[in-house]
Amino acid sequence: MEMLSVKNIGISFGGLHAVDSFSITINKGELYGLIGPNGAGKTTVFNLLTGVYKPDMGQILLDGANITGLSTIEINKAGIARTFQNIRLFKNMSVLDNVKCGLHNDYKYSSASGIFRLPSYYRTEKIMNNRAYEILEVFGLEKEAKYLSANLPYGKQRKLEIARALATDPKLLLLDEPAAGMNPSETEELMATIRLIRKQYDVTILLIEHDMKLVAGICEKIFVLNFGIELANGLPQDVLNDPEVIKAYLGE
Amino acid sequence: MKTQIKKLKAQALKLNKTTRSNVITIGALVIAYLICMSMIRGGNMSNLLQNLLVAMCYYSIMAVSLNLTVGILGQLSLGHAGFMCIGAFTGAFFSKIMVDTMDNVILRFTLAILLGAAMAGLFGVIIGVVVLRLRGDYLAIVTLAFGEIIKNVLNVLYIGFDSRGIHFSMKDTASLNLDEGGMVVIKGAQGISGTPRNATFTIGVILLIITYLIIVNLVNSRSGRAIMAIRDNHIAAESIGINITKYKILAFSISAALAGVAGVLYSHNIATVQSTKFGYNTSILVLVFVVLGGMGNLRGSIIAAIVLTVLPEYLRFMRDYRMLIYAIVLIVMMIFNWAPACINWRKNHSFKDVFWNIINKFKKVKEEA
Ligand SMILES: Nc1ncnc2c1ncn2[C@@H]1O[C@H](COP(=O)(O)OP(=O)(O)O)[C@@H](O)[C@H]1O
Ligand SMILES: [Mg+2]
Repeated sequence: MEMLSVKNIGISFGGLHAVDSFSITINKGELYGLIGPNGAGKTTVFNLLTGVYKPDMGQILLDGANITGLSTIEINKAGIARTFQNIRLFKNMSVLDNVKCGLHNDYKYSSASGIFRLPSYYRTEKIMNNRAYEILEVFGLEKEAKYLSANLPYGKQRKLEIARALATDPKLLLLDEPAAGMNPSETEELMATIRLIRKQYDVTILLIEHDMKLVAGICEKIFVLNFGIELANGLPQDVLNDPEVIKAYLGE
Repeated sequence: MKTQIKKLKAQALKLNKTTRSNVITIGALVIAYLICMSMIRGGNMSNLLQNLLVAMCYYSIMAVSLNLTVGILGQLSLGHAGFMCIGAFTGAFFSKIMVDTMDNVILRFTLAILLGAAMAGLFGVIIGVVVLRLRGDYLAIVTLAFGEIIKNVLNVLYIGFDSRGIHFSMKDTASLNLDEGGMVVIKGAQGISGTPRNATFTIGVILLIITYLIIVNLVNSRSGRAIMAIRDNHIAAESIGINITKYKILAFSISAALAGVAGVLYSHNIATVQSTKFGYNTSILVLVFVVLGGMGNLRGSIIAAIVLTVLPEYLRFMRDYRMLIYAIVLIVMMIFNWAPACINWRKNHSFKDVFWNIINKFKKVKEEA
């Protein structure tokens, strides 16, 4: 079943075609990798999918619904959540509160209930706490729940960002270089967590990664982008042995 | 099972921590209030200080409410006095026209406060919608401009009543065309005089505690988390579906409404309320309280507001040097609050640590014996 269907989207900044005629189809439950050298336009693709940039052309369908041109907020409500290449946590808030922010649209009570501490405040906060702890446990972060998120070690900050995105209960999760800056053992652990959340939360994932070996180990399909254009697309072993891809990575 | 228990413990801890901090702040306010009252009863408080008690309350309310915009929402506003102005005039206007018809003072003053808050909050929404798409320096300049607009409009506004109803003018009293027996309520630059002096220290402290609780409860709720998420990273906040505009306007208008409350308190504490009082000087003064007390630190805002309201009055004997000393005190306080070395020193010499050190020494002595 098609979950995400992107047809010929593109955007240019000034004269630069950052992404040109990008098309991809992702089926429900798949784990897709998006790779390509630095500056290839991978992050820009995420920004287009999440409404940070409006595409100059093309169409984005999520579960058949046209989400092209919607705002970031509406796209998140429609079911796409993401993480960022340069971590964007709520630094002055606790680890727990970061995740509870992700629950914002699924568990509601009015501002007045919060200010006057009406019963719905206590009821909903309790449910939110339980839910947030559940998610934190998946990432092994429950012990740090009260820490200021800025005080977490780097690897855990990356995990927390995924936890926060997952808290919005997305259909499709976009991970922008989740292992960037991690050492090999941290990376290994992260990959295990990604496999786990995929099973446990029944979520479809598109992940950007720089390290080809890593992508091959976890993704079922790979899409290669170079200078904003599709270079290859298919099974990992085929794509990674493609001479064009090797050339793009090694340079000429 | 074990994790379950741990979870509950952790939750209980969290509740305790914020509740404890609130109890300390409110407890300190109540104790300070009781001490002041007993000093007044015993005749031990100077007139100078007695006259400042209500001012400490409305400046504290101003500081705490501005902290919601500046510290918790993270948007710089230089027009906070404008909202105080709206509250002051709305409340005074209501009290003055109702003073003869409503005998119940408590009810009348409560209504004046609610009206002042509502009107200031309404202006908060209107101005918020216009300005909150701007950020940083731009927002600061535009809020400053709005504050000045409010002040200057009220400075030339004339409103009167007669048997035919309400009359407005932007020129002078005569152009109101009042009947004989009509009453001018707002008199341009002369403002409103003869407002019933209903503001008392007790009411001021009650309003301050209510303001404090409103903001603390807001901060520790779903909406408060959204507001702080916007402050910490608005791009990430949007990516998880938080409606930036809605929560910015919410925080800004609650902040404005509470400034309105401070305004009502102010206008019921003096003989004449004039709009010139609410210029950018006052806005910046309140911003100084917030910055000194610490961004997002409500207790700090209250302490800074109290100290800096009392201080200049006690420095009057220094005459020409008064503002110089005031400025030096500001700088010293700033350094003590925010210089890394001072923060470390405070951490190592906190009351709690000193207390435990003494206890431990005592224990050791006992063990050795
Ligand atoms: N907002 C922007 N304005 C101008 N150029 C941009 C902008 N965003 C991205 N680019 C350019 O688009 C190209 C692709 O960037 P990006 O998507 O971040 O690459 P990647 O994530 O693959 O490393 C780069 O050349 C970058 O400079
Ligand atoms: Mg990138």
